[in-house]
Amino acid sequence: MTILLDPTSEAVPAERTRAKRLATLAGQTVGLLDIAKMRGDIFLDRLEERLTKKGAKVIRYKKPTFTKPAPIDLRHEIAEQCDAVVEALAD
Amino acid sequence: MSQAPSASDASKESPPPLPSGVVAFVKRDCPTCVLVEPILQAIALEVPITVYTQDDPEFPAGLKPVDDTELTVSWHYDIDVVPTLLRVEAGRVVETALGWHRGEWEKLSGVEGLGPDLPELRVGCGSLSVDPSRAPELALRFSGSKLQSRRVETASLEDDIQACFDRGWTDGLPVVPPTEARVLAMLEGTTRSPEELVAVVPPDLQPCSVEKVAINAVMAGCRPSYLPVVLAAVEAACTDEFNIHGLLATTMSAGPVLIVNGPIRKRIGMNSGNNVLGQGNRANSTIGRALQLVIRNVGGGRPGDVDRATLGNPGKVGFCFAEDEEGSPWTPLSTDFGFEAGTNTVTLFPGEGPRTIFDQLSREPESLARSFAASLRTMYSPKSVMVFDVVLIVSPEHARVFREAGWSKEDLRAKLHELTLLPGDELVRGAQGIAEGLPDGVRGKSIPKFRPDGLHIVHAGGGAGLFSAIIAGWVNGEMGSRTVSWEIQS
Repeated sequence: MTILLDPTSEAVPAERTRAKRLATLAGQTVGLLDIAKMRGDIFLDRLEERLTKKGAKVIRYKKPTFTKPAPIDLRHEIAEQCDAVVEALAD
Repeated sequence: MSQAPSASDASKESPPPLPSGVVAFVKRDCPTCVLVEPILQAIALEVPITVYTQDDPEFPAGLKPVDDTELTVSWHYDIDVVPTLLRVEAGRVVETALGWHRGEWEKLSGVEGLGPDLPELRVGCGSLSVDPSRAPELALRFSGSKLQSRRVETASLEDDIQACFDRGWTDGLPVVPPTEARVLAMLEGTTRSPEELVAVVPPDLQPCSVEKVAINAVMAGCRPSYLPVVLAAVEAACTDEFNIHGLLATTMSAGPVLIVNGPIRKRIGMNSGNNVLGQGNRANSTIGRALQLVIRNVGGGRPGDVDRATLGNPGKVGFCFAEDEEGSPWTPLSTDFGFEAGTNTVTLFPGEGPRTIFDQLSREPESLARSFAASLRTMYSPKSVMVFDVVLIVSPEHARVFREAGWSKEDLRAKLHELTLLPGDELVRGAQGIAEGLPDGVRGKSIPKFRPDGLHIVHAGGGAGLFSAIIAGWVNGEMGSRTVSWEIQS
């Protein structure tokens, strides 16, 4: 029997509950977050078209670079303004 | 099942009281202690004396020594040297003599004419309570642990090294199991306190203390003297400029490459010569590995999860080497980042595996520079420009060509920039029958292969062999990684 010291962050993730699923898209605000990889905008343009047809209000966001996590201010802005968010990766 | 010692258990330990009178600490293994054995007997005839023995309970004969082979008393009274002679009054130490010194011993004991046949003085030996093989365990036993990390108990039939694999703590190679005694010994390598925050480590953005770095350094196989370099590397890696997050997550092959400058290279025995980029030197092999284990274990960055490398490279286990400053015709790499020569620094470059440049015949700097440039032009792709920086490692025999011609590092760098200007017509999509390439707008222009500050030059390698090497970088600048040079604190 040996006692070792834990080399990890010991981060026990807090139980995070998912946001409630939207019953309808009509009248809801949906954020589209472009992670700034090439051609992500083409995919998101099409998504915006389809969401708008279903009556959703769409707000577009973009990360400064795909290589870094979204800045905390951007995450907060999305959380404040949207009912749902779609984060898109394309290449 | 026993529990790990905790601070609360330790606080119950109070120092064992010392008897009044003369008190001596000795061990048989010390020649000075053996020399003074008759002196101790002579003192005992005149005044009360208590002798604590650290190794042999029968030594010194005839004095009924107190067995301190557990070192409890020696540790609590901070005995560094044997023999140590104390004068104790009402439990307090009022006078101390280290080693054998006739005058001091006579004054302390009040007994005259001690050891007329002995030399006037003789230094002692190290107390067992400060012996490096015992001290961490004693500190743990008596002072309680200040370490905060969660204790993980392995089962009695569980192999410790296998236990580390099973818990997902390793990079695929065995690690040294991080016991508390080993971590305490590692922490002796720095003056920073264990709870001090070093960095917030991506990708999970977890705070990382000196203690967590020390645990991972133990696992990587570092000696305590390497810890300051590892700490500096963790700090540098987790800056926004270096962007270890992106470097970890990329599908490209690169990982952190560590280049050490300054006197610490010699002090910790790093290799900057033969096989400098290869195996065989403990510091070179473990410092970069410790950084990668911190990213894995503290940051949560694991291959197949956030690490999305398509191919990776063997250096991602850990890639660290020292510059050969003494044999270099040029100033150290650290000076290119604004440090004074002689400063201990670690420079982090986001790089992949080294690739050799072969040139056995160039004896003129122009020819050798052309040879270097020809290899540099093809880095990643003959059509990739400006996106990737590079480290050029010039070996001693190649460096001699530039030294003899009086070329400074800046001369070589400027010539290489000039020789790696590429005609846009060769870079456009479809040129040379290759679909990869730049948009048509670059036709008719000259495009530099490297950014002005994207070509780093380092001197390293063995004394024989007309080879140099290229370490290709990852995406540079704001959206990728900037090379970061960081001062190493003691």
